[in-house]
Amino acid sequence: MVQKEARRLALFLLLAPFAMWILLLIVLPHLGIGYLSIREKIGPRVYEFGPGNYIDFLSEPIYWNTLLRTAWMSVLVTVLTLFIGFPVAYYIAKVARRRSRAGLFLLCLIPLWVSDLVRAFGWIVLLRETGVVSGFLQWAGLVSGPVEFLYNDAAVIIGLIYTVVLFMIVPIASTLDGMDDALIEAGYNLGGSRWTVLRRIVIPYAMPGIVAGCIVVFMLTAGSYLTPILLGGKNSMWFTEQIYDQFITRYNWESGATFGVVLLAFTSAVVWLGLKLSGQNLASTVAKG
Amino acid sequence: MTDSRPPDLECVKLTKRFGAFTAVDDVSFEIPSGSFFSILGPSGCGKTTLMRMIAGFEEPASGDIRIKGKSVIGTPPNRRNVKMVFQHLALFPMMNVAENIAYGLRCRGADKAEITRRVGDVLARIGLPGVETKEIHQLSGGQKQRIAIARCMVLEPDVLLLDEPLGALDLKLRERMKIELKLLQHQFDTTFVYITHDQSEALVMSDRVAVMNAGRFEQVGTPQELYHAPATAFVAGFVGDSNRFAGRAAGDGAVTLETGERITAAPRGGAAATGAAVDVFVRPDAIAARRPAEVADEAFNRIDGVLDSHLFNGAQSRALVRTGDGRMIEVGYPRPGSSENLSPGEAVALTFTAADTLLFPRKG
Repeated sequence: MVQKEARRLALFLLLAPFAMWILLLIVLPHLGIGYLSIREKIGPRVYEFGPGNYIDFLSEPIYWNTLLRTAWMSVLVTVLTLFIGFPVAYYIAKVARRRSRAGLFLLCLIPLWVSDLVRAFGWIVLLRETGVVSGFLQWAGLVSGPVEFLYNDAAVIIGLIYTVVLFMIVPIASTLDGMDDALIEAGYNLGGSRWTVLRRIVIPYAMPGIVAGCIVVFMLTAGSYLTPILLGGKNSMWFTEQIYDQFITRYNWESGATFGVVLLAFTSAVVWLGLKLSGQNLASTVAKG
Repeated sequence: MTDSRPPDLECVKLTKRFGAFTAVDDVSFEIPSGSFFSILGPSGCGKTTLMRMIAGFEEPASGDIRIKGKSVIGTPPNRRNVKMVFQHLALFPMMNVAENIAYGLRCRGADKAEITRRVGDVLARIGLPGVETKEIHQLSGGQKQRIAIARCMVLEPDVLLLDEPLGALDLKLRERMKIELKLLQHQFDTTFVYITHDQSEALVMSDRVAVMNAGRFEQVGTPQELYHAPATAFVAGFVGDSNRFAGRAAGDGAVTLETGERITAAPRGGAAATGAAVDVFVRPDAIAARRPAEVADEAFNRIDGVLDSHLFNGAQSRALVRTGDGRMIEVGYPRPGSSENLSPGEAVALTFTAADTLLFPRKG
C-alpha cells in the first residue's frame, strides 16, 4: 500500500514540472492571446467580442501578403535546408567512422554556442557593403565598386539556413543511425543503382526523421525574428515583425494577438498539409524521430 | 564424370588484407553447378570477408573470382548475378512482401504484369502463396527467412550466398529451417553458398563443406569425409565432438600419452617423427565404456578411469569418465541398442580401435 502511494507520489513529482510548463507557458498564454484576439476595441476601455480583428487582418493586403511571403520563404528555407542537411546527416550516420561521429556532431553544434544576435552580426560583417565578401571581390578585380549583399531575401534565406540546419541534421542522422547497413547493401545486391537505393530504401527509411526535421525547421523559420530583421532590413518583411509592430510600436495588443493566432493556425495548416502530402502522421514521426 | 560447363563459382588464390591483418589468405576453390556448399569456421576466420568479396562489397587484394567462368573483379555489386541472404535478412521494413520481392525485378525494369506473375510464382514455390500484401513485421521468423530467399531467387541468380541466416532463430525453428533450406536448394536447383560457424548446419545441409581457419581453407570435402577423415587437427577438433589427448610419437603410429598410456593411432596429415609432440583425437561415439573385467581384447586401445556422471540427451547421450590424472573423457554411452548399466563411481575401461584414433603432428 505504502509502496503504491510512494510510486504515485514519484509519478506526480516527475510530471509536475512538465504539467506546469505546459499549463503556464503554453496553454495559458495561448488562451490569453486567443481571448485578446476576439476582443474588439470600440472606445477607450470599451470592448466587445467579435471577429473584427480578423476581418481587419484580411482586409489589409499588406498583412496577409507578408504572411504568405513568410510562409513561402519558410518552405523554401525548409527545402534548401533538407537538401543541405540530408547529405551531412547521411555522412555522419553512415559514412563516417563511429569514432569521429561525436566530433562531427559537435562541429554542427558549435554555431549554437553563439547567440542568435552574434551569429546574425557575423553575417553582417561578411555581407555588408564594406564587408569581407565585397572586399574580396574588389580585391580580386571581379567587381569595380563595393557591393551590398545584405537586405535582400537571399541574405535572409542564407542566414536562416545557417541557423536551423542543425535541427534538420540531428533527426535525420539519428533515424539513419538506426538503419542496418545491410539494408543498403541488400539494395545494391538485388541490382539497385545508387539512385535507386537512395530513392527506394534510404529516403523511405529516413522519412520519419526527414518529416520531423522539416516540421522543426519550418516552425523555427516561420517564427524567427532576429535573422530576418537584421539581414533583411526593410526590403524583406517577415510576419513576426508585423506582430512586434502591433504589440510594441502601435500598442495594439488585440491586433497583435490576432496576428499571433493567424500565424499559429497558418503554419499548423502548412505542417498538416505537408504530413498529408508525404503520407506520414505526427505520431509515427515523433515516435521514430 | 566430366562436366564441360564452367563451375558456378570459382575463386583463385583470393587474398584480402585489412592493414597488417590478412583476413583471407590465398583461398582457392570451385563450386560445381547446383550444389550446396558451406564454408564453416569460427568467428573471425575470414568467412564473412570471403563472402563479401564474392558479393562485391569488398575488393580482394589479389586473386580472381569467376562466376560461370567470367571474372567479376571490378564489377560493382549491383551488376553481379550473385544474390545474398543477409544475417539479419535485411528485408526492407517500409515495403510489404510483394514490394520486397519485386524490388530486384523493378531494378531490372521488368513490366508490371510480369512482376506480379513472378512474385506470385516464387511465393507459391516457397510455400507461402497469397502473402503479397502482408507487412514484414507481421511475418514469423521462418516466414521472413523464406521471403528473404524468395527475394533473391526471383532474380534467378547464378549463386545464392547465405550469411548465417539461421543464427537469429530459436533452436526448434533452426532445426526445421535446416531441412527446409536443403529442400529449397533442391527445388530451385541453384548453387547455394552457406556461411556458418555452426557445424551441424554445415554437415546437415551441404553437399560439400570447406572448413576455414585463420583465413585459410583447412579442408574441403563432403560432410562424411570431414567427420570421418579430417585432414588437420583443427578440422578434427572443430567438426563434431572429439576428445583430444596430447602425447609423443613413438614410431609406427604408436603414441605415448602425457598420462602414460600407450596407444596405437592412424596417422593423418603426415607421419610424425619419433619423439615429436602429437595430438590424438577420438570421437566419443568411437569409445566403448565397459567394466574392466569384461575387456579382454588386446587389439584395442585402452584407457582406465572412473565413471563420473551420465549426460542424458536421447540418442546423443554421453558419459563423463574421469581418468587417473583427473582429466575428463566424453564417451558415447549407453551405446544404441544395449542396456549397459554402469553407475557413477564404478571403475571402467575405455576401449577404441586404432582406426578411430586420429593422430596429428602438433604445429608450432
